[in-house]
Amino acid sequence: MNLFLLNLLLAIAWVAVSGSISVHNFIFGFVLATLALILIREQVGGANYLTRTRRVLSLFILFVKELMNSAWKVAVTVCRPNMELKPGIIAVPLRVDRDFEITLLANLITLTPGTLSVDVSDDRRFLYVHALDCSDPVGLRRDIAEGFERKILEAFR
Amino acid sequence: MGSVMTIVVAIMVVAGALFTLSAAAGLVRFPDVYTRMHAASKAGTVGSGLMLIAVGLHSGEFPVMARALAGVVFFILTAPIAAHLLAKAAHQVGYRLDSSSVRDDMKRN
Repeated sequence: MNLFLLNLLLAIAWVAVSGSISVHNFIFGFVLATLALILIREQVGGANYLTRTRRVLSLFILFVKELMNSAWKVAVTVCRPNMELKPGIIAVPLRVDRDFEITLLANLITLTPGTLSVDVSDDRRFLYVHALDCSDPVGLRRDIAEGFERKILEAFR
Repeated sequence: MGSVMTIVVAIMVVAGALFTLSAAAGLVRFPDVYTRMHAASKAGTVGSGLMLIAVGLHSGEFPVMARALAGVVFFILTAPIAAHLLAKAAHQVGYRLDSSSVRDDMKRN
């Protein structure tokens, strides 16, 4: 976190020295500051900071990619003359049990291709998911359990 | 640099508008309320997000970009919750799934 502040300070210093206050220049300065920190990572003990930044960045990129993918899929489905939908609601057994994790999983499911979380069962053992293509419920359950649910378990346990 | 940024902004605005158009078309074409939520929550979020970021990039000013990014974050936070609550409410008051649906595991309770 200290290194993030340092990174930010260096970027602000770049903006001040180069004398033009704009978003483009600040982003450029931030990248320059990160490169400078990478150069001296041994001295400032920043290896940990840099790997964590890379992990957060890769998770963010994965999320954006899935979101774009799902919007693209909806757009393609809408443009097809015969949509050939097989929608349905399936119950997905939950391995995560804390409120925060269930909320996160439900939101991630809603923003990924073809699925929309509808409800959680009262005993919190099942998540009801509405899918655009429900012809393979077993594969769909496996995709959710192996994908986002496993990632959430790895990240927060 | 300037012309590249203009082209990027133009592509983002057009792509965002097309995604929003597909969301609107989905609201008309999809058969029932649950499938319609798919179109509104995903294509709508991406479409408006792309256009907001394009506006921020085009202005090149800090306050505008910050507000555009805040708008995108709030879209991503709220769109899935709104879609989830609408679908849940629709199911609770007994809104039927379209006849092309293959299964409904919620029916048992």
